[in-house]
Amino acid sequence: MTNDELKIKLSELLPAITFEEGGQPIAADWLNVNVEPKDWAGFANSLKHRPELSFDYLFCETCVDWKTHLTMVYHLESTQYRHTVVMKSKLDRNKPEIETVSNIWKTAEFHEREIYELFGVNFLNHPDLRLLILPEGWEGRNPLRKDFEDPVNMVKL
Amino acid sequence: MTNEKDINKETSKVEVSERHSPSSGEMEGASFPGEVHPTPTGGVLVTAIDDVINWARSNSLWPLVFGTSCCAIEMMSTASAKYDWARFGFEVARATPRQADVIIIAGTIVNKLAPVLKRLYDQMADPKYVIAMGACATSGGPFFYNTYSVVKGADHVIPVDVYIAGCPPRPEALLHALITLQKKIKSGLTREQIKMEKPEQSL
Repeated sequence: MTNDELKIKLSELLPAITFEEGGQPIAADWLNVNVEPKDWAGFANSLKHRPELSFDYLFCETCVDWKTHLTMVYHLESTQYRHTVVMKSKLDRNKPEIETVSNIWKTAEFHEREIYELFGVNFLNHPDLRLLILPEGWEGRNPLRKDFEDPVNMVKL
Repeated sequence: MTNEKDINKETSKVEVSERHSPSSGEMEGASFPGEVHPTPTGGVLVTAIDDVINWARSNSLWPLVFGTSCCAIEMMSTASAKYDWARFGFEVARATPRQADVIIIAGTIVNKLAPVLKRLYDQMADPKYVIAMGACATSGGPFFYNTYSVVKGADHVIPVDVYIAGCPPRPEALLHALITLQKKIKSGLTREQIKMEKPEQSL
């Protein structure tokens, strides 16, 4: 499916979504879609399981700290049709919560554990949400947040 | 090591007795070439034999296979046919610290890795040497500021003999550091010998 066809199809599926125009040159040929966190779980499920979409490959899941809010970013591809879409979801920085997609794409389980420890995003219904790489005792301190402070190990510039 | 010591002792006895028995005037023509160092155990080390041992040690340094980031790629390149560190006696890279003589810290050391590096160093047999390769191992390099996870220089964890600048250093720089280490070994005592000698010198 081309990006224009995807736009029509996804809008039919969930009218609440918005599309992001422009963006970085490398991502310009990927369709950027904003989705509300409350709609995400059901929408992700139909992205994977609708036969005409079949986004069966989550090749990147990450988070961005914009200081005012957090943004979850999901890069999805269909290995059958070779179309790609970028899903973005804005989270409240003080209480970041979003439904897990580890039951839809198994790879998300470790990605979400990493985002949990580095950004403090709470993934609802995640089967095993605990620290991935950071040593014990790091809960609540999220190193990739822009306001992270560590006076012992960090030399501030 | 016991054999080495025995040889040293025997030779030293002979040399010392020769040195002291003739009158000083006769000795001027053929003076003793080496230096004599007393050791805490009462034996005497003759430097000429140390020179031979140091020469042998410096030409057969076995590095530990230890690479933690991009410097490791340059280290592998140094081992390859184009740069070929085998010319200087480094080709026997060992995957176990028990058989290694030199540890080339090729890459970033993070806080979580620091105890592992310390353990590897402790497991190596004496005499052992350390090369800090590149900016990360020297000072933390690009990760010096605003990083919570990186050790600001491997010398916070283990003692370092030779530092190399670069990010990453070219293979020529690593070869230069290895030859510098050889010169260091050839020129004098090991770190352990220096430690043993110091209390004697202070007295």
